[in-house]
Amino acid sequence: MIAVLKRELRAYFTSPLGFVFIAVCVLTSGLLFWIFTLASGSTDLSGVFVFMFFILMIFVPMLTMRLLSEEKKQKTDQLLFTAPLGLTKLVLGKFLSAYVMYFLGTVVLLIYGVVLSFFTDMYWQTLLGNCAGLALMGGVYVALGLLISALTENQMIAAVGSIFGNFVLFLLNTLSAIIPVAFISDALKAISVYDRFMVFTLGIFSPENLLFFLSVIAVFLFLTVRVLEKRRWS
Amino acid sequence: MIEVKNVTKRFGTKTALSDISFKADEGCVLGFLGPNGAGKSTAMNIITGYISSTSGSVKVGGADILGDPIKAKMNIGYLPEHPPLYPDMTVNEYLNFVYDLKRVKLPRRSHLNEITELVKITDVRGRLIRNLSKGYGQRVGFAQALIGNPRALVLDEPTVGLDPKQIIEIRTLIKRLGEHHTVILSSHILPEIQAVCDRVIIINKGHIVANDKTSVLAANLSTDHKLRIQAEGNPAEVTRLLEGIPGMRRVIQNRETEPGVHEYELEANPNLDLRRDVSKKLAARNVPILMMRSNELTLEEVFLKITTGGAAAFNGPETSADSIIAKSEAETGENAE
Repeated sequence: MIAVLKRELRAYFTSPLGFVFIAVCVLTSGLLFWIFTLASGSTDLSGVFVFMFFILMIFVPMLTMRLLSEEKKQKTDQLLFTAPLGLTKLVLGKFLSAYVMYFLGTVVLLIYGVVLSFFTDMYWQTLLGNCAGLALMGGVYVALGLLISALTENQMIAAVGSIFGNFVLFLLNTLSAIIPVAFISDALKAISVYDRFMVFTLGIFSPENLLFFLSVIAVFLFLTVRVLEKRRWS
Repeated sequence: MIEVKNVTKRFGTKTALSDISFKADEGCVLGFLGPNGAGKSTAMNIITGYISSTSGSVKVGGADILGDPIKAKMNIGYLPEHPPLYPDMTVNEYLNFVYDLKRVKLPRRSHLNEITELVKITDVRGRLIRNLSKGYGQRVGFAQALIGNPRALVLDEPTVGLDPKQIIEIRTLIKRLGEHHTVILSSHILPEIQAVCDRVIIINKGHIVANDKTSVLAANLSTDHKLRIQAEGNPAEVTRLLEGIPGMRRVIQNRETEPGVHEYELEANPNLDLRRDVSKKLAARNVPILMMRSNELTLEEVFLKITTGGAAAFNGPETSADSIIAKSEAETGENAE
């Protein structure tokens, strides 16, 4: 697992991909920080975080699109699948590598908070809630991207598919509002990631939501393993 | 070391392998021979656990590839048809990655040095894999299979893309490795199998059509009652002399190879060795023999015979190589139509 993690991290930085991802994250969040906080004289970072929720929906697939699709295309999966390494560990290694990149790209948001705290009293609970929400949301984006990357050997399809997938996840709450059938509407509302993310941005840490996000990540990773496993049998 | 039992693999409705069973012991180089699409690579992918068989079992070093995959895979080094290389890594980074991936316990530096020396890639260790030639890529793939010193090596067409000098080097290397490892090697280059392998398995359309020692396989089909000689002297007289030998069935006079020297094809009754009689008779009449060899089939002819003529041809040593080739040509002709 560590071997895969190390290789993927190295790959992010031997290609422009890793640098580009971190650069666009810092640039976008910097711009949002300026607009929502500095220019409007507010110390509330929630607006920045909510905007980042949408931006990352598009940026994260950049990280995950090649993780498994490229292995299949280059036939390097033959090395990985015949090495004495379980598929779960392989998938976890891939997941963690992309997540580390995600962390590097978004950790700057926390720094904005720390910088602000020198000039004013911060609502730390809200800030930390926002951070936790975005961190968990990132896990979902990465895990879904990984799953879609396992389904195709074309990077572009993986990227577009992941963006679409992330978008559908966000739309769940809107869908639940317009579907008239009560039980479907309730079910969609229960799994709406956006609603649960918004709870975090208010600074409310509920174990239920934490467990929800961790479960969603686990389900996507489990499905990824199954997709890889299935490929051996078909 | 490697035990394959009743392995069948179906892709949808297409049967790629049907009921394949064989064993490869320690210190044995096993050759997989077969035309394109015969199922060689599929068999290798199943042995190494890359894909699963539809039914049947594969055991490597006593561990089942599906039941205890980690243990089984620890014992295998695999060089697939396309070497699994990451173009964005240097050779050194790549080898270190594979070392970590296989969780090798041997001392890293000396083990990797030893392998790079063995396959002669030491001078390209700092280069990006993307910039390597095909031959070097193949050798890096070979190096990858050797990492961890696995007891079994599975090599899918290891000499593809190498120049003739490298081919000889790699063959020598495989032979040397075969002394202490189990090696399964696939190839459609017949002299390669003949040069390197102790045993040959011939696969055709997913079936094993022959499985024997390389020497036996060639000898079984060889026709030691058939001789090819070159003798000096009047062809009519030589033919008459040869036909006079008891047990001689047929004498065919071929072209003149040197002035006054003709080549003859002799066929005796089956299982009759006439070499001594031929030699004595001609010597008595002062007819010098300039060459004599039994008309043994090469593996190439065996291969053609088995894959085109089916098992019936395999059992009957009557057909000569020429007729087999004619037959295969006829078949190709039919296919073309």
